[in-house]
Amino acid sequence: MTTERRHLLAVGDLTRADAERILDTASALERSLDREMKKLPTLRGRLVVNLFYESSTRTLSSFELAAKRLSADTMVLRASGSSVDKGESLRDTALTLAAYDPDVIVIRHPHIGASQLVAAATDAHVINAGDGKHQHPTQALLDLHTIRDALGRLDGVTVAIVGDVLHSRVARSLVEALLLVGAEPVLIAPPTLLPRNVEALGAKVSHSIDPLADVDVVYVLRMQAERMEASYVPSLREYTALYGVTPDRVRPGQVVMHPGPMNRGVEIDPRVADSGASLVTTQVRSGLVVRMAVLYDLLTAPGLHVAPVPIMEVA
Amino acid sequence: MLMSRNGRADALTVRARVIDPSGGLDEPATVTVEDGVITAIQSVATAPEGLVLAPAFVDPHVHLRTPGREDEETIASGTEAAAAGGYCAIVAMPNTDPVVDNASVLEALVERAREEAVVPTGFTAAISKGQRGEELTEMAELAAAGAIAFTDDGRPVASAGLMRRALAYSAVADRPLALHCEEPTLSAGGQMHEGAVSAALGLAGWPSVAESLMVERDLSLAAYESRPVHLQHLSARASVDAVRRARAAGVQVSAEASPHHLCATDELVRTLDANVKMNPPLRTEDDRRALVEGLVDGTIDCVATDHAPHARHEKDVPFEEAPFGVTGLETAFGALNTFLVRTREVPLATLLDRLSAGPARALGLPVPRIAVGDPANLVLLDLEAEWTVREDSFRSRSANSWLLGRTLVGAVVKTVAGGRVVFAA
Repeated sequence: MTTERRHLLAVGDLTRADAERILDTASALERSLDREMKKLPTLRGRLVVNLFYESSTRTLSSFELAAKRLSADTMVLRASGSSVDKGESLRDTALTLAAYDPDVIVIRHPHIGASQLVAAATDAHVINAGDGKHQHPTQALLDLHTIRDALGRLDGVTVAIVGDVLHSRVARSLVEALLLVGAEPVLIAPPTLLPRNVEALGAKVSHSIDPLADVDVVYVLRMQAERMEASYVPSLREYTALYGVTPDRVRPGQVVMHPGPMNRGVEIDPRVADSGASLVTTQVRSGLVVRMAVLYDLLTAPGLHVAPVPIMEVA
Repeated sequence: MLMSRNGRADALTVRARVIDPSGGLDEPATVTVEDGVITAIQSVATAPEGLVLAPAFVDPHVHLRTPGREDEETIASGTEAAAAGGYCAIVAMPNTDPVVDNASVLEALVERAREEAVVPTGFTAAISKGQRGEELTEMAELAAAGAIAFTDDGRPVASAGLMRRALAYSAVADRPLALHCEEPTLSAGGQMHEGAVSAALGLAGWPSVAESLMVERDLSLAAYESRPVHLQHLSARASVDAVRRARAAGVQVSAEASPHHLCATDELVRTLDANVKMNPPLRTEDDRRALVEGLVDGTIDCVATDHAPHARHEKDVPFEEAPFGVTGLETAFGALNTFLVRTREVPLATLLDRLSAGPARALGLPVPRIAVGDPANLVLLDLEAEWTVREDSFRSRSANSWLLGRTLVGAVVKTVAGGRVVFAA
């Protein structure tokens, strides 16, 4: 019997039912982790390879631990200190790894399309752990899980995503995921940090931080210092004055999220980051159970679609 | 100066629907060629269904990758591809390694073409030394050595001051400038058209205004210096509008569009297939329509393939790492017939003009004609033939076509270039 080979390359690979099933699995796994025995035998004998071409703390550690908690064997390959340093192409690296017959390849890469290439080149299930400014689907799922945990629902939840949307795969994936489950995203950023035709993403858009007052969830994006050099904004000082998430801008009852790593005092005030409203550490915990759920779903459940091979449309 | 290897002149007789838009000819006829020269055009009652005989095509914009990247294309393989695509003349770009920016490099290429070129081939030379946009090349000497035109294709002449000098000085060489219009501070880092698709994918945008702004600048300078310019591979509506206005105002301007910009849009980039990555990028349906309208009303005089071969391993990487460019010589007619003529967007005779007389006039090359006494430069087309584009179907050394896997309707049956049969299916 052959099973379909399934991937998680982009949020667009998921139906609403897929997303909800993964979140339900994550919740069930979360309960099991509360027990004293933290390890499940589910994926014993399976091999999960983490192929990381970009530095990462939480995503890599989270995938690594998720696989171990499910009793899979794991392997980490980093771009530095490997044959990548010697100029090996991504395809050749993928083929080399494929010789070990991995069940899952988790890939983080600075360039868009890397996960598609690995999926095409190998027989493994592929999980995109971030490709360029494109997609980071497990981040979006863990954010959904965090919101559902905190608010008890997703449908109709309003979420303000504040900051550098232009350069953010997190924002792109999250908007898509929120729309998928019936939540209502609003993007808040200066025009220079929004993509042209941003309306095509399907979210509301504001250049002022005012709509922050009306949402259930405040989602803060990382503001990178190098954006100043290319004049996306004139200074961090002005950015923080206009878009910084400060205590006076957060209303009681709102929750605050950040994908990390945080620039305290820039996009988020430390008093907000450390307040009871902050779900930042919950996000990390969600990351573990959601990635366990994704591994479990890919390797055992029949639900996820095969990532469709896109058909080219010509006028 | 066009150069090809010598060979005997052929004799042949073809019965088909004969179309020569520049001579107003469109009727079933038998065309006779003796010793490489058209000796008779005899009207007949009927011609075989779907067969059209037309002036062979002229491509003003081809990358032959020689010297430097002969693994991707050679003069021999590139001109064999051109022959298979129905071309009787092609013009090669100078962005090779080394750049064609001095007479010795150009002379070596002309010499190689004399040995290898299946189809008459012309060479352009760079506007600036090393295409660095800093100092002009020795245009007069390069023109004497055979340069058809001057271009820094592949990159823009960023400095308006240098562009002005180049335009003025090109009068000494008596050759047009062919311009790649791209404002580099606006397109920097761009991977695809900036629009709804790039917003969704997160790919850095190469906005259409980066092209049209440079088109406007160069047209203003051309008007100021009263020199002709040829604008390469236009992709944006605003560029087409600018050319139309400038021509109405008396500027001597000719313009190209490529088959991929005429037939496809940035929606294709959603596939993240590196074979839809080119510079300028595929744009929106609105831009595509503007190009087609321009082709029909003559604002765009020429179809140019911008045939840009790349080694397979260089395209077989994540989209953002892949080089720009797609091949086009062998698929141009099939694609244009399938996506523009059969959909009735462009009349066949108009397309045939823009593939042959248009580019020949733009670059001052002999215009292929179907007329008694003229050298035979003919393409026999089967408008009904269906074929599927496959990696192994190319004579080019590279297969980075945006059409891989697609079925096209319309094929080249035979090509006669300079009186010789250079391709027969």
